[in-house]
Amino acid sequence: MKLHSIDSIRAGLLAKEFTAKELALEAIAHGQAQNPQTNAFLTFSPERALLAALEVDRKVSLGEDPGALAGVPIAIKDVIVTKGLRTTCGSKLLEKYVPPYDATAITRIEAAGGVIIGKTNCDEFAMGSSNENSAFGPVHNPVALDRVPGGSSGGSAAAVAQGTAVLALGSDTGGSIRQPASFCGVTGVTPTYGRVSRYGLTAFASSLDHIGPFARSVRDAATLLQVMAGRDEMDATSAFARVPDYAALLDGNVRGLKLGVPKEYFDGLESETGDLVMGAVDVLKKLGCDVREIKMPHTPYAIATYYIIATAEASSNLARYDGVRYTSRAAAAGTLTDMYRVTRDEGFGAECKRRIMLGTYVLSAGYYDAYYLKAQKVRALVARDYAEAFAQVDAIVAPVSPFPAFKLGEKVDDPVAMYLSDIFTITGSLAGVPCMSVPCGATREGLPVGLQILTRHFDETTMFRVADAYQKASTDYRRN
Amino acid sequence: MKLSEQEVRRVAELANLALRDDEIARMAQDLDGILTYIDKLNELDTAGVQPMAQVLSEAEETATLREDRERPTLGNEAALANAPLAGSGYFKVPKVFER
Repeated sequence: MKLHSIDSIRAGLLAKEFTAKELALEAIAHGQAQNPQTNAFLTFSPERALLAALEVDRKVSLGEDPGALAGVPIAIKDVIVTKGLRTTCGSKLLEKYVPPYDATAITRIEAAGGVIIGKTNCDEFAMGSSNENSAFGPVHNPVALDRVPGGSSGGSAAAVAQGTAVLALGSDTGGSIRQPASFCGVTGVTPTYGRVSRYGLTAFASSLDHIGPFARSVRDAATLLQVMAGRDEMDATSAFARVPDYAALLDGNVRGLKLGVPKEYFDGLESETGDLVMGAVDVLKKLGCDVREIKMPHTPYAIATYYIIATAEASSNLARYDGVRYTSRAAAAGTLTDMYRVTRDEGFGAECKRRIMLGTYVLSAGYYDAYYLKAQKVRALVARDYAEAFAQVDAIVAPVSPFPAFKLGEKVDDPVAMYLSDIFTITGSLAGVPCMSVPCGATREGLPVGLQILTRHFDETTMFRVADAYQKASTDYRRN
Repeated sequence: MKLSEQEVRRVAELANLALRDDEIARMAQDLDGILTYIDKLNELDTAGVQPMAQVLSEAEETATLREDRERPTLGNEAALANAPLAGSGYFKVPKVFER
């Protein structure tokens, strides 16, 4: 299947080279053919895709504007609800759950002519860094099938990397978009907290959850974000901030922008990864950016902070799966309480249970101050690191992950080692700043590495400008 | 160990999880590893630091208040469609009172 962009699809539709219907069918057939290898998709949605595609074709034939995402095949992480289309969250508990409404992001994508081709595999309730916690089997990285695609949005990253979807939606709580984007060699964006409505995003840790795009180019990711962004009455935490025309501002000129390189982010980094990231920083320097070293002293405390706050919120959010409303109920249950407990024990996988237990413990009487309150204070210190950094620089550039994609099974028995792989993505999540991963080359083994770019709250524009200028200037990593 | 198996059982009860015996031992071990790592936070003096509960964006105090008007709801049938057991327009659950 041809590697399309939003623009090439629009041009092809308007020139009558192909129809949106043909493209949708081709994308779904491609995904189905790839699925035995990568397991990127949990559900394909041919009926929904055809309905959307025929509407685009109708508008094109009438000369009407078919929308900013006209005919673009899009894959959706299976934690984002779709009306009438099964949404499992990668959990056995929700294997048969068919949501009665659409997430706001979905409504906006379809209103812009986007064509949803299916729902993608992910770690159960978005809890994981390798996609090995899915109840429906792991995703295999399309770049190297014996390796993980990253997590938790592994299926969405793989769907774009394998050439099935032009765009995909993921969700990011501690790195779940940026890390799989870096592992699979695609662009992944976590916008400012509140930029995209969380209405219809299955709640994991509400103060940290984001919806964001995957794409093959920065420009396409920016266009998708623009379609989804902006205040939504259905999410009280969604922001009122004006949404700029991101793609129109991508002129490739980054001369004079001040970039900070946090020295703490280069401790414990594999040398090949570090070299590739610094190579990307050199490209930006050649483009006229003013690069300086900055300090982010609370970085070493971010993971501990995150695993208190995120699990505390998760233990509360996942309390709703109790066998009453969401499809699954344990058969052999006597009393109501037994029914709750057995349903949850049978339904949740090991990682979800671990996080529910940890979250319940840190919130329990006698431990709240020592853990949860302490973590909220350290979160404030991490956010302060960012405020101080952004008083000196316009953007921060850093690695996404300490290493490229690891082998399936390599870290699965050691939760702490798995958590530590999120070290460079978690600080941005805690502070709620926009951050993204853009491919910056591959190791000698051919494994992609991502450059992370972070900017001030609501300044996605600068982040996209830096990423786009780099992407245009570099002989970037591309899959054939 | 940071948590005895007895404490793990107590937390499981609070979390409404009926962990099996083999799960309890593994859980105690995993939580021990994570909580030991988390002790790192005690290196930091956080006296006088305001806790951060949420990433706040700037908006007028009343900005998030919407107009108080009636809107269509999901409807009884759609709301119950995913229930494992429903009847007469309600979710059905096992007996609440234990005799």
